[in-house]
Amino acid sequence: MDVRKVAKLAHLEITDDEVALYTPQMAEIVKYVEQLNELETVDFEPMLGGLTDEGAATETDRADVVRPSFSQEEALSEAPAAVAGHFQVPKVL
Amino acid sequence: MIKTSIEKTLDNAERLNGELNSFLSIEREHAVRQAEAIDAAGDDLPLKGYAIAVKDNICTKGMRTSCGSRILDKYKAHYDATAIERLNAAGAVLIGKTNMDEFAMGSSNESSAFGPAKNPWDISRVPGGSSGGSAVAVASGVVRAALGSETGGSVRQPASLCGIFGLKPTYGRISRYGLVAFASSLDNIGIFGREAEDIAKVLGVIAGRDGFDSTSADVPVPNYSAELGGEIAGKRIGVPRALFGEGLDAEVREKVEGVIENYRRLGAEIVDVELPNAKYCIAVYYIIATAEASSNLARYDGVRYGFRAENAGGLRQMYFQTREEGFGAEVKRRIMLGTYVLSSGYYDAYYAKAQKVRAMVKRDYQAAFTACDAILTPTSPSVAFKLGEKSDDPLAMYLNDVYTVSANLAGVPAISVPCGLSTEELPIGFQLVGNFWSESVLLNLAAAYSGQFPIDAKPRIYAD
Repeated sequence: MDVRKVAKLAHLEITDDEVALYTPQMAEIVKYVEQLNELETVDFEPMLGGLTDEGAATETDRADVVRPSFSQEEALSEAPAAVAGHFQVPKVL
Repeated sequence: MIKTSIEKTLDNAERLNGELNSFLSIEREHAVRQAEAIDAAGDDLPLKGYAIAVKDNICTKGMRTSCGSRILDKYKAHYDATAIERLNAAGAVLIGKTNMDEFAMGSSNESSAFGPAKNPWDISRVPGGSSGGSAVAVASGVVRAALGSETGGSVRQPASLCGIFGLKPTYGRISRYGLVAFASSLDNIGIFGREAEDIAKVLGVIAGRDGFDSTSADVPVPNYSAELGGEIAGKRIGVPRALFGEGLDAEVREKVEGVIENYRRLGAEIVDVELPNAKYCIAVYYIIATAEASSNLARYDGVRYGFRAENAGGLRQMYFQTREEGFGAEVKRRIMLGTYVLSSGYYDAYYAKAQKVRAMVKRDYQAAFTACDAILTPTSPSVAFKLGEKSDDPLAMYLNDVYTVSANLAGVPAISVPCGLSTEELPIGFQLVGNFWSESVLLNLAAAYSGQFPIDAKPRIYAD
């Protein structure tokens, strides 16, 4: 596995030391999980939710009514940087 | 006076925290204010004045909610999780937020950015994880109950290692609204209790459908406390003998074998069951959990909340540096694993394959529950290990979850029950896994056991 490439996809800027640390660890874990290949799974559909029948049957729609939400001030109050009612980020262009 | 008892609880929490590091924040001002309000109102409430500790990945309005991570170090939630809202309405008093493995990723508490919580039976040992701080808060006698979260055993394993009760409910039983997401299809809020009855009380208050979590199920909530004390005679307990072999500590095996005999003496029928795909569960878990984590943790980008790296040149560089500096090693490892198994060309080989095996695991449980009411296994393959003992070997750490992850994969409920001490005076626990929505059955079996075979020993560090 090219750990540096995966890190880039995951938006992580990892150091050379980390590459040296993670490469053998992740290779070992990937090798471990590959034991699933010995299982025949053609008769099964991937289980992507619907763990319980009751959960799957639960009506989840809410009435489409306006309800109070966070104010702009609240929504911005945890931002590392905000200006004039907006999140502020480093210059893009 | 509720205020007096809450102040004593806060004093205990503060006094023990230097040694145990179980709380990341102790909310004295909030707790005293709430206690005063309860005293003033004088209403009769189901959890009136009941002190509770809450894992730091459950949102609490106006309070720090760090997830044990540097990236959320100073983050204060804007709203209460549904579970917290219901606890407040029932008169419970939140006294503090507890230590945890970073983003609930770990089995020892050592991945916390703020240092590990310590096991009150022996502070050179881990309390288990990821909800280690909540387990310690209960085990050390500070509170009777605490909330944790479970993705693969993060309540049951620390409960076992600390000598208390820990429940992972059926998926959809407790709303996840306000529980910071790790792996959404596996995550549950769980409950620690000094006794099964504490769990029953808290579960009865927080369980049930919530419009803010579409995966919370519309299933009636029984009065769990009133249903305690049920008959054990005639209950069928399934034992998957194949799981009592390799990798299981001899002393743990002996104790859990003793539990099986004790249940037989209480009149339960012991039956053999098989979980043929149990050995694949860790592999399935580490594909699905990391895949979902890589998506869920993409939101930490230094823009809307949390930590932002300084002096990054440009937006993209800011994302990369923020995540590099804000996340610890275990979180990065899992995000990368998840990214890898989801990446183009690998999705079918890993993620889709794991989801198919997950369906097999669920089918195995459904088949087993035609023959029994609950399945009994150890909770953890060993007693609490030493701090640092496994922290350099991620795969060895993952194997701690061998008995617990399958319940999260299948969505079924499970409870860890204390059953004695090892020769080194460290707690040993056993696990009961039940069919969907059978929390009452599990709580009954647990309460009946501890009623007949109580453990009187207390940890070395204990608030009396």
